[in-house]
Amino acid sequence: MQRLPLVIFAALMAVIPLIPGIPPFWIVLLDNIGLASLVAMGLVLLTGVGGLTSFGQAAFCGFGAYTTAVLTTAYGVSPWLTLPASLLVSGIAAVLLGIVTVRLSGHYLPLGTIAWGIGLFYLFSKLEFLGRNDGISGIPPLSIGSFRMLSPDTIYYAIWIGVLLAAILTMNLLDSRTGRAIRALRRGHIAAEAFGVQTPRAKLLVFIYAAVLAGLSGWFYAHLQRAANPTPFGAQAGIEYLFIAVVGGAGYVWGAVLGAGVVIVLKEVLQSYLPYIFGGQSQLETIVFGILLVLLLQLAPSGVWPWLMARLSIKPASKKPDTSLKLETRERAAATSETLLHIEKARKQFGGVTAVNDVSFDVNAREIVALIGPNGAGKSTTFNLITGVLTATSGKIFVRGKEVENAPPQEVVKLGVSRTFQHVKLVPDMTVLENVAIGAHLRGSSGAVTSMFRFDRAEEAKLLAEAARQIARVGLTDQIDQLAGSLSLGQQRIVEIARALCVDPMLLLLDEPAAGLRHMEKQRLAALLRQLRDGGMSVLLVEHDMGFVMDLADRIVVLDFGTKIAEGTPASIKTNPDVIKAYLGAAA
Amino acid sequence: MNTTILLFLLQDGITNGAVYALLGLALVLVFAVTRVILIPQGEFVTYGALSYAMLATGQVPGTVRLAVAMGFVAFALDLYAARKALHLRKIARSAALNIVFPIALFIATTRLAGPTTPIAVNIALALLIVAAIGVFLYRIAFQPIAHTSVLVLLIASVGCHLALQGLGLVFFGAEGLRGPALSKASVPAGPLVFTGQSLAVYGLTIAFIVGLWLFFGFTKMGKALRATAVNRLGARLVGIRTTLSGQIAFLLASVIGAISGILIVPITTLYYDTGFLIGLKGFIAAIIGGLVSYPLTAVAAILVGTVEAFSSFYASNFKEVIVFTLILPVLVLRSLAAPAVEEEKD
Repeated sequence: MQRLPLVIFAALMAVIPLIPGIPPFWIVLLDNIGLASLVAMGLVLLTGVGGLTSFGQAAFCGFGAYTTAVLTTAYGVSPWLTLPASLLVSGIAAVLLGIVTVRLSGHYLPLGTIAWGIGLFYLFSKLEFLGRNDGISGIPPLSIGSFRMLSPDTIYYAIWIGVLLAAILTMNLLDSRTGRAIRALRRGHIAAEAFGVQTPRAKLLVFIYAAVLAGLSGWFYAHLQRAANPTPFGAQAGIEYLFIAVVGGAGYVWGAVLGAGVVIVLKEVLQSYLPYIFGGQSQLETIVFGILLVLLLQLAPSGVWPWLMARLSIKPASKKPDTSLKLETRERAAATSETLLHIEKARKQFGGVTAVNDVSFDVNAREIVALIGPNGAGKSTTFNLITGVLTATSGKIFVRGKEVENAPPQEVVKLGVSRTFQHVKLVPDMTVLENVAIGAHLRGSSGAVTSMFRFDRAEEAKLLAEAARQIARVGLTDQIDQLAGSLSLGQQRIVEIARALCVDPMLLLLDEPAAGLRHMEKQRLAALLRQLRDGGMSVLLVEHDMGFVMDLADRIVVLDFGTKIAEGTPASIKTNPDVIKAYLGAAA
Repeated sequence: MNTTILLFLLQDGITNGAVYALLGLALVLVFAVTRVILIPQGEFVTYGALSYAMLATGQVPGTVRLAVAMGFVAFALDLYAARKALHLRKIARSAALNIVFPIALFIATTRLAGPTTPIAVNIALALLIVAAIGVFLYRIAFQPIAHTSVLVLLIASVGCHLALQGLGLVFFGAEGLRGPALSKASVPAGPLVFTGQSLAVYGLTIAFIVGLWLFFGFTKMGKALRATAVNRLGARLVGIRTTLSGQIAFLLASVIGAISGILIVPITTLYYDTGFLIGLKGFIAAIIGGLVSYPLTAVAAILVGTVEAFSSFYASNFKEVIVFTLILPVLVLRSLAAPAVEEEKD
């Protein structure tokens, strides 16, 4: 993390209120920007990084604000003591709503959040003990000893210390084992789950995190205004927070602060100057604001912060992991006789279509087995059955003698089975190193809180070292800091292999690893796989390049229309009449 | 509870529900074709309703000036987009749609507006004005970013909503308006009285549902729109003009919105900002319908209307809370029932 810009920013923010002659109104604006940044930062994590769009964040501000309002006015609790209560209430609300909401898939999720956002707003404005539409007034100010933060410029420091801390904690979280799991969410759950990420839990985690930040903002708001009423926690506000995040650049922590600044200053400028230009036309600022918003999105659809960074050509610092650090490794089978994978009459039906039809075969230790067959033969489906992405209709699958009975992918990978995908599933806006480190997810244990406070650094260094080692092993060290999305498709496949190797697998499942590779690259890949086998690993691969397969595999299993039609050494497969028939059609 | 109250509430619910159904249909349509979640749908409702109400009093609504202005912007965008290959026919077509049509509409409106103008003419003018605004809105705000993510489109949609709502205040003022009823007939049925207005609501809703079903199921253009919805790139590759699909979707949505507005403005007073909430309830119906199914959306809309009617009678304070939390269980059921397929996002 670059500390210098952060220190400069903090110093700048600290000095601003001390500038002589600064209009008090600017300080009020900065307070509001701080409050909005907190909510937007949660949304950056939730929407920009995690891919869960929420319109309901304003409601969580409401929970934070009303909690402290009720506790301080009705029960006389000190404002500082209500801080944990406010955060807790927002957090609990998030757990309850989150359990319902994060299960929603696709577009249902944002729509669901609109619905409960509006519902909660009406609830706030109808409940007697929350003061109905009038809300609660007379909330005491924050105070330290006898120093009471009555004016906007005294609470200013409290707010911005909150913003800076939140920003640092959020960035720490993103730059960690848990952070990588969160960042992988947006690209679908299958790849993340294949490496042991509990995606529903990760989603719930970001949801709660965003809600707690919103609750913090609400708590500040209540003590800044010293009143709470339903209006700022309604649907409009929820929408506004979302577009603060989008305008700033959803996905960038500092984009949240910048976005809040841009939107709030813009609104203020429009509100105060437009009437001078156009006379006292009411609501003119909303019109211009709306139009400017549309215009801005057309010019910079990914937000102001990334646009600015591209202009200033600032690139994130590269990481140089210390590769001498080692992670614990799995015990290897010494003998070659052990059966690693045993498939017994596995069957998968999709409605009336039988994709895999009672297929049985084994993979032994230290063996490269190729699974071949024409398109639609059921090869990838077999992979998905083994790794738990799909559950078999019938039949049994054993890994190292243990039956994997409908185990989810997260459990299968724990047994030492890791895989790559036919359609590359990397996170394109993460570096190669970060992508590969997802593979080592299960070899670390640090949670969100540990990462936020940086107690995970020793483990994190080991994880990154392991990732760097695997990248070096597949020969992509030169690309280690590049974004995965910028590599060629062939290279992306190799990155997937490195990620799978990070699991420290017993059995490596490769789905068309050689597709898109050049001749030399294929030879290098074959050499790598042989070396892995000799090191005690087994490989099961699906591949269409027959030269590659015949040269590499110890044994070949041939599928056609879901049924195993042949199994044997490459030499025997080459001359097998059934195989020739399947590939070339019936010989006359 | 006695039967009369029950029947009254049901009737009320179904009338409201029919309007929500219309809006829900429009939202589903626009989302399916363009991936835009059309928050400004509510503005189409108020623009249609209040333009009609103003025309009925003999005034010229400001919306017609907006249509002209938006037409000019749309034309300028068309010119800019085609700057490298200026074909006369293309420009002529764009000018006809974006310049000639709104100006003709403006002249017609100023000429025809008066206290004695027949209701049918007022309705036609209001519909044409809102239709023009709808089509231009797509051209100006959404066509340039049609390829971006649903989220960006959504935020743009919010921007349009804010701008249009603000303009609504300028055009119609803060006072609410009511329009004259379409028909003064009334049909008694037992304890209930069906007004001509509510019968028109039912009739038009059913007509639209059947019409959309026929359009999407049996016409080439309808199928092209559906193809665009499923896969933009694929649709383009087989020669469907996706821009045109988007414009048609917005045209239909704005017309449906305006009609809903004209249908309800004789029943309830509408304000410049009422549309948002009405639109949202249509939205709830659309969500329950899963943003894909028209008949399901219609049924859901009736349900929403009925729940609203009953909760406003029994727990009027919590009416909105109940209506908006209604969708949560539905959403959960829907997403549990949905197959666990991988979504390729962005």
